[in-house]
Amino acid sequence: MIGNLLILHEAPALALQLAIDGILIGAVFALAAYGMALVWGVTNIINVAQGEFVMLGGFIAVIGAEHGIPVLLAVPLAAACLYALGWVLYYAVIVHLVGRDMFNSVLATFGIAIVLQQLMAHVFGGADRIAVAGLGSWFFLDGLVVVDKMKVLVFAACIALGVGLALFLFRSRRGQAIRAVAQRPEAASVLGIDTRKVYGLTFALNAAICGAAGALAATYTVHPYGGLSYTIRAFMIVVVAGLGNLAGVIWAALGLGVAESFAGFVLGPQYQIAFVFALLVAILVFRNWRLRRQRRYLA
Amino acid sequence: MTMLLEAVEVTKAFGGVVANERISLAVPQGAIVGLIGPNGSGKTTLFNAITGAHAIDAGAIRFKGKDISRLLTGDIARAGIIRTYQQPRVYGGLTARENMRISASIRRAPFIRLFTRPRGDVEAYMDELLDFVGLAEKMDARAGDLSFGQQKLLELAMALANEPEMLLMDEPTAGINPVLIDGVIDRLKAARAELGLTLLIIEHNMPVIMDLAEHIYCLAHGKLLAEGPPGEIQSDARVLEAYLGAA
Amino acid sequence: MQGGRALTPKRLVLLAGLLAIGIAAPLVLPGYQLQLTELLLFMVFALAWDLVGGQMGYNSFGNVLFVGLGMYASAIVQVGLFYDVGLYNEARGGGTDFVFDASQFLSGLALGIPAAVLVSALAAWLLGSLVLTMRGHYFAICTLGLGIAAGQVAAGIPWIGAGSGMLTPNPPESLGDETLLLYYLALGLAIACALSFAWLLSARFGLALNAIRDDEDKAEAMGLRTHAVKVTAWVIAAGFLGAAGAIYGNLVRFIDPTQTAFAGATIGVWMILMALLGGKGTLLGPIVGAVVFQITKELFWTYLLGWQRVGLGLLIILVAVFFPSGIVGFVRERSAAKGRAGEQSP
Repeated sequence: MIGNLLILHEAPALALQLAIDGILIGAVFALAAYGMALVWGVTNIINVAQGEFVMLGGFIAVIGAEHGIPVLLAVPLAAACLYALGWVLYYAVIVHLVGRDMFNSVLATFGIAIVLQQLMAHVFGGADRIAVAGLGSWFFLDGLVVVDKMKVLVFAACIALGVGLALFLFRSRRGQAIRAVAQRPEAASVLGIDTRKVYGLTFALNAAICGAAGALAATYTVHPYGGLSYTIRAFMIVVVAGLGNLAGVIWAALGLGVAESFAGFVLGPQYQIAFVFALLVAILVFRNWRLRRQRRYLA
Repeated sequence: MTMLLEAVEVTKAFGGVVANERISLAVPQGAIVGLIGPNGSGKTTLFNAITGAHAIDAGAIRFKGKDISRLLTGDIARAGIIRTYQQPRVYGGLTARENMRISASIRRAPFIRLFTRPRGDVEAYMDELLDFVGLAEKMDARAGDLSFGQQKLLELAMALANEPEMLLMDEPTAGINPVLIDGVIDRLKAARAELGLTLLIIEHNMPVIMDLAEHIYCLAHGKLLAEGPPGEIQSDARVLEAYLGAA
Repeated sequence: MQGGRALTPKRLVLLAGLLAIGIAAPLVLPGYQLQLTELLLFMVFALAWDLVGGQMGYNSFGNVLFVGLGMYASAIVQVGLFYDVGLYNEARGGGTDFVFDASQFLSGLALGIPAAVLVSALAAWLLGSLVLTMRGHYFAICTLGLGIAAGQVAAGIPWIGAGSGMLTPNPPESLGDETLLLYYLALGLAIACALSFAWLLSARFGLALNAIRDDEDKAEAMGLRTHAVKVTAWVIAAGFLGAAGAIYGNLVRFIDPTQTAFAGATIGVWMILMALLGGKGTLLGPIVGAVVFQITKELFWTYLLGWQRVGLGLLIILVAVFFPSGIVGFVRERSAAKGRAGEQSP
């Protein structure tokens, strides 16, 4: 580990590479986090299956790529499939959980995660998969820094999706309904908004977002058991940024991407996930400690 | 006359709303002090500040001469300040009797006492308190199933069981059967006389507070409006206007 | 609620009967010794989870951390007393170089299990001081992360076998059927767990747990030392989880860091399911839940082979959504309703 730190010190180009890689993947994290914040803010449910939705989207893109569908076309395809799945899951499970103790929803969505995980393992096998795009790379600094063109495209796509999402939420009627229900469900209901449908729309929308993010993440890596780490990442980003803080989500997501990238190099790839989880614990404990000094706590 | 509790220029704002503005009050040892004022004047906010439910922006709160404004709720409770709430808070999943058991004064006892069963005389006292507040028949009922008024009485019994030095009560008679109110007043006076309990009470029930308190503070719009013995407060024009004119 | 009931003669007979069944079971059903041992350990898992989850309201999704710690701690002691652990794991624990005779095996267990308890309890104490300051879903996700991270870290340590895992010592032929030995160890542990929890819950400690669950801020405001209570409960639960983990490790023989030891998506969530299924917040619930779960799991493994985990995942969803008060809760609600109906008189 010390050896790796020294390498970084001596080769700043490597640090730049790691930082760029982190920022590029951070955009995907940001999407997943935004979706989680959406569901959390509107329905007060934490979707532990968030990462599995992302992986599903990824597999759709991978299978699509194997059949000649370009990755960027796979994005709307994955989003559509996950959107449908989101509605199915909503009416089967989620609708019963809204307004109840959070423990039930955490456990139930964990159950969904397990089911999806196992189904993916059955259907797609347990190996890692990548959707190879074959677009080539840019080379900087005499070839010391390599930037995958595909990854930049993915980054741009994430931004575009994020902007589109924001526009939807703030400009369209459906989006405004969602925001109204998030703020005052009783008032929204009295004004004629069907809160049940809005909750469903929110959940399905989140699934679609995850599907899109997953299809984009397919250029990195996809495997059936990779969901949980995405879920934890999304949760961490939302906790750091705070619900309703869009700019914060972006910063936190990019920051996490960079931190993970460096951790993966310094500590070794097998500890990368553990690092993410340990970071979550550290952030929560620190946050709580700060609040305690003001006689408050994380709730 | 030693002051048990002192609030000095306590200020607390929530966002743009100043809930407490430079409030100062003092409660002497063994006294019964009232806190009145129209709804929204900051009385419960002040209670929250004293008991550690939130931090204050400015000022100081002293208990027995020591500053408690930065202490956490648990430490304040163990120092001897217990409170009851406007909406009664009891342990809904436990029976009334169990609520009493866990409220009995173990706060000064070492932690290991939690692993023992309460002594016989303590148990008898718990039952007696429950009987006093009229819940003798509901001893084994689930606290969450009790009515609002019954929960309020249970909460009061729990507070007394804790043997505090000072009890902060937030509208103790609201929602209680009027038939029981006189008994509650007598009990509180007796607790003061026999146990040296000091009381700070928020009340809207004027006859009750005028009977009970020796000194009254009146708040309005987050500020201290007037203070004095009940007789003076009752005829204070500002107080009357605050209540009648409160929009 | 405690329902601290006295030991009537009827109850004593019932308990004696259960004890007799417990002692006789593996002899009567020799083909199921493994499953029965597993069942007893599952009871401990569920009870321990419920102490902190159902009784105290702190729903941990990472208790599997202590199970895994116990597994590894015991295995390390069992091997380390006689051989170099690193070398043992390099040689994949098998072969003729690493043989344990009866006294070595037994003494290894005798020291390994307490070691497991100590390690888990210590870890719980250290982590608990940090993590128990968090509430609700923050606590839940945080513990989930801890449990999974532990698996990742363990998978990276070659000394304990890294990703390939670690084998517990080969029981010697001279000992006969070691599953039987493990069964009775598990039985002893399960009885110790149930009895000590019954005592804890009948004392004020149990009331303190419930008070924290029902209204932690009120408990704080009443002077209860909530932090000390929380950490104590977690340490106790962790101790039992560690001991159960030690036995479990020897039962399955092969400790895989992510699939066996720190298996968040299997044992980790199963213990929650068992407590919930049986009825959380009760002493009987986790025990009943463990029995029902084990039977269901065996049925799934037999008839849904290949899809058994999917089946269990569906079961988790069903219970969480439609049956959260569990069997004991359901029975209690029915009898309470009957009681109320009987009380109604003009």
